[in-house]
Amino acid sequence: MLDRPAAAPMVPKVVRVAAAQQELADVWTLNIDAGDSGFPFAPGQFNMLYAFGVGEAAISISGDPTRPERLVHTIRSVGKVSDALARLRPGDPLGLRGPYGGGWPLDAAVGSDVIIVAGGLGLAPLRPTLYRLMAERDRYGRIVILCGARSPTDILYRNELEGWRTRLDIEIEVTVDRAGRGWHGNVGVVTTLIERAAFDPAHAIAMLCGPEIMMRFAAAGLEKAGVSASSIYLSMERNMKCAIGHCGHCQFSSDFVCKDGPVATWADLRRLIVMREI
Amino acid sequence: MIEGMEQIVREHRFFADLGDDTIRLLAGCARNVVFKPGEYLFRTDEPADEFYLIRHGRVALDIVAPGRSAITFQTAGPGEIVGVSWLLPPYKWIHDARAVDLVRAIGMDARCLRDKCDADHDVGYQMMLRFVPMLVSRLQATRIQLLDIYGKQA
Repeated sequence: MLDRPAAAPMVPKVVRVAAAQQELADVWTLNIDAGDSGFPFAPGQFNMLYAFGVGEAAISISGDPTRPERLVHTIRSVGKVSDALARLRPGDPLGLRGPYGGGWPLDAAVGSDVIIVAGGLGLAPLRPTLYRLMAERDRYGRIVILCGARSPTDILYRNELEGWRTRLDIEIEVTVDRAGRGWHGNVGVVTTLIERAAFDPAHAIAMLCGPEIMMRFAAAGLEKAGVSASSIYLSMERNMKCAIGHCGHCQFSSDFVCKDGPVATWADLRRLIVMREI
Repeated sequence: MIEGMEQIVREHRFFADLGDDTIRLLAGCARNVVFKPGEYLFRTDEPADEFYLIRHGRVALDIVAPGRSAITFQTAGPGEIVGVSWLLPPYKWIHDARAVDLVRAIGMDARCLRDKCDADHDVGYQMMLRFVPMLVSRLQATRIQLLDIYGKQA
C-alpha cells in the first residue's frame, strides 16, 4: 500500500501514470499505478497530487472504491498545476499524498432514498459514491442522480451515464444550461430537476457537489421539497495546501475544509456559505 | 366534457390546491391539446392567446437570432407551465415553444382567463400566487445560467 498520511504527511510518494484518458476538451482522467496492495479510500476523499517542478493540488478521487488497484483522478485544466497534471501521460511520474478528508455519508444513507446532485466536474468526486451505491443497490431506497452541465459537449462521463441510465433501478436525469437543436434532453439549471424527481423527502439523504452557487440553490430546492437540512451534504472546495489542517489556507469559519471536510451538512454550512468574510 | 376537464385541471400540479369554484371556472377556459414532435406550440411575436399546462412530454423553449442557430434555453415537462407572456401587455410570445416529443397538454384560453381574472380579482390573485413564484424561480435560474457557473472563471 502507498504511504498513509500519518506516516509522513508532507512527503509525497512518487507514483506513475498508468493510463490517461481525455474526457472533455480540458478534462483528463488519470489512472495511477497504485501498486500491488492498492489504494483503499472512502468515496469523497481527495489526494494531493504533485506535478514536479510546478506544484501541488488537491484532487478528488474519482475511481471505483471496490477496485483499489486503480487509483483514478479526473482533472480539469484551470491553472498551472492542474494544467501540468492534466498533461501527464502513461509512464510519467507524479507525487502523491493522501487520502485526505472525510467521505460521503454512505453508511448513514442505508435504507434511505439517495439523491445525488452533481454540477460540471462535481460529478468526479461523486462517482466513487455512485459505484458503491450500484454495487450495494439493495441497501438503499430510490437512487436519483441529477447532473448539470454547461452544454451537451460538456457532460462528464457521458458514456458511463448513458450506460447507467439503462438500469431500471435508478433514476438519472441530465440537464444542460444551453443547447442547440441536436439535443433532445433537458435544458435548464440542475435545480429544476429536483422538482421533477421522485423521492421520499422524509427518508432521503442528498449529496451535492459542483460550483458553490449551484449547491446553494440545490440545497435550498431540496429543503423546499422537504429534505431536512441535516440530511443534505455538500462537498466544499477551498484552497488546500497542506491537507492536514496545519497551514490554514482552507480555513472555513472554525473548521479546516481539508481536515474537517470536505463534506459537511447544509445545516452546518448554510449560514456560513453566504458570508463574504470567510 | 367540462366535468372531465375539471378533473384534469385539478390533477395538474400547478392548480392542485385550488378550490372547486375556481377549478370549475378554469376548466371553462381549458381544452385538451396534443402536439407532435417538432410541432410548435407557439412562435415568437405571435399573440399570446393560449398557454399550456404540460401533462406528458417535453417542450423546448427556443430563442432564434438572425444568422444564428436556435438556442434552447429551457425545457418544460409534465406538471409545468409553458407560456407567461399572456399575463401582461402586449400579450405576445417572446420565444418559440417546440414539442421535443409527443406532448399532451391542457391549453388555457388566455383571453378567457384574463377576462375572468378581471371580473373576479380573487381568481386573479390566485393566478398571481402561482405565476409569480414560477417567474421568480425562472429569473433565478436565468441568473445562474448567465453566471456560466461551469465556466473556468466561475
